[in-house]
Amino acid sequence: MATGERITAEARGALVHLPRQPEAEPLHDPRQSDVDEWGRSEHIRELARRLYDPLYRQLFRVEWEGLEKIPTEGGALLVANHAGAIPSDAPVIMHGVEEELHRPVYGLADHIFKAMPVVGTMWARAGGVAAHPENAYRLLREQQQLVLVFPEGTKGPGKLYSERYQLRRFGRGGFVEIAMRAGVPVIPIAVMGAEESMPIVYKNATLAKLFGLPYVPLTANMLLLGPLGLVAYFPSKFKLRVLDPVHFNVPPDQERYSRSRIMDEAEAIRVNLQDNLYDMLRQRRSVWFG
Amino acid sequence: MGRRVLITGLGTFWGGRLAQALEKDPEVDIIIGLDTQEPRVELERTEYVKADQSYSILSRIVQATQVDTILHTFLIVDSTRMSGRALHEINVIGTLNLLAAAGAAGSPVRQVAVKSSTLVYGSSWEDPVWFREEMTRTHSAKTRVERSLLEAESYLHDFAEDNPHVVVTLLRFSNVLGTDIITPTSKALQLPVVPSILGFDPLVQFVEEDDVIRCLEFVMREQVPGIYNVAGDGRLPWSEVASICGKRMWPLPPVFTGLAAGTLNRLGIELPPETLDLMRYGRGVDNRRLKRAGFQYRYTSAGAVESFARASRLRKAVGDSRPAYRYEREVENFFRRSPAVVKNE
Repeated sequence: MATGERITAEARGALVHLPRQPEAEPLHDPRQSDVDEWGRSEHIRELARRLYDPLYRQLFRVEWEGLEKIPTEGGALLVANHAGAIPSDAPVIMHGVEEELHRPVYGLADHIFKAMPVVGTMWARAGGVAAHPENAYRLLREQQQLVLVFPEGTKGPGKLYSERYQLRRFGRGGFVEIAMRAGVPVIPIAVMGAEESMPIVYKNATLAKLFGLPYVPLTANMLLLGPLGLVAYFPSKFKLRVLDPVHFNVPPDQERYSRSRIMDEAEAIRVNLQDNLYDMLRQRRSVWFG
Repeated sequence: MGRRVLITGLGTFWGGRLAQALEKDPEVDIIIGLDTQEPRVELERTEYVKADQSYSILSRIVQATQVDTILHTFLIVDSTRMSGRALHEINVIGTLNLLAAAGAAGSPVRQVAVKSSTLVYGSSWEDPVWFREEMTRTHSAKTRVERSLLEAESYLHDFAEDNPHVVVTLLRFSNVLGTDIITPTSKALQLPVVPSILGFDPLVQFVEEDDVIRCLEFVMREQVPGIYNVAGDGRLPWSEVASICGKRMWPLPPVFTGLAAGTLNRLGIELPPETLDLMRYGRGVDNRRLKRAGFQYRYTSAGAVESFARASRLRKAVGDSRPAYRYEREVENFFRRSPAVVKNE
């Protein structure tokens, strides 16, 4: 409420005079499940990891470079390139970091998931969170968690195979602003392999509009495998390179940060990721064997 | 000198409960309760004044009784209880007239506390996990009850600006569960199977009814100004709520849900659109500002559900154990005014 803030502003001054009450004992909380405030359940996450492990190890044969750059404690914003009709990079990064570092990763994604029955619920239980700046701030600043975000948004996975490894615009630099506000570093991760795991050969804009989806793709997987291709990935070799953490050295919790600084930082991160992707592609001999 | 308090909606659940609680407070000298209907709980010293729902006699009452505090509990948040038009009359026009009387020249009123609802934040797929008080809803309000609450709140903002000498408190209560309160949610949870929406298991939040009353008392006693969310700690999945209540779920289809709810409505099971939204997307509000102001909750969200589940089990076993009460003017007047009544003070 626009005018409401004025009531609040007065409130701040008045609150000072209130007597401080002693810390109360923790309240009786008869919870039955382990679903946290973000909708994540460690049990379901554990189950998801067990089911996903064969894909991670046998199908994609994931290899990490510089995993030690991801901190074992404290908040950090992981930022990666995004690809594949149903992006395979998000579960790979979450799985890898959780298996290796034994700490949870919360994956930010478009709100649209929340509106989908079953998918939305499963996605939340498995560690997905709607990409609202307020959610990201809480996770990073107050709970010091690892948060994964794809600044390209749906423009990344929605691109055709012919445009592979060409990074899209990094949104409006919102991820930099959140990291500044939360006082955490941004850790870029270059992902190679996701593009070839489910390449899009054709997109239909009319159908996308009809279903209210960001894109409706025809993938090479569907052409080769038929209906199975909707969910089956090609066994492309995954290589992930963690780049040096980017610290912004600005005070956290400011109301505003310099827009030009935000855009510059976001662009620098994008260029760095793009350069590293080209470098990794130069070294790659085979899509399937790396 | 003690406080002189005016409560709106004395005949409603909250008004009656609040008056009972304030009667025990020695700091409160006078309690006046306003409503169109008679009180439904036994009251010792609260004075009941019958008024029409738009409070046309209010400025006279305020002047005559010199009340210094108005506790406005008469905002309807359950849209199944009346038509949209009646709801608009009570929530919007009622609040408008109340604030006009409270802000009249020479008014003795020094605090106004309003019981609003977290319905003002709505419930949608684009919502953050936690709403803070200064945040606004992500989609415009579709239902009449939400629109009327937003309008009532905007009148309160204007009032606060025009009357800087008055402590204005706006409380937004989350969905209430407890031993006695009846809401669309509590009714849904008392059905043999709990309705849900197929494929959705949203995180919901509750506040226990005793915490609601304690909070109203708290802001009055401490004269805390500002906007506050009032809700128990934590959010829990709707399926867990059903399970704490010992119930199974009956899923409604995720498409044409309104149509399915319409059919249920004919069978007497009322699920208003705002409840259906909640069963799809849930809602969470940050309760930390009120805690920082010094309020201590007695129940978490799950605790409120448990308190409700226990009361339901008792009711199921022995029926409603509370004796029925009927307000009779002559009897009440006799006990309050007759010199024959011996008062132990």
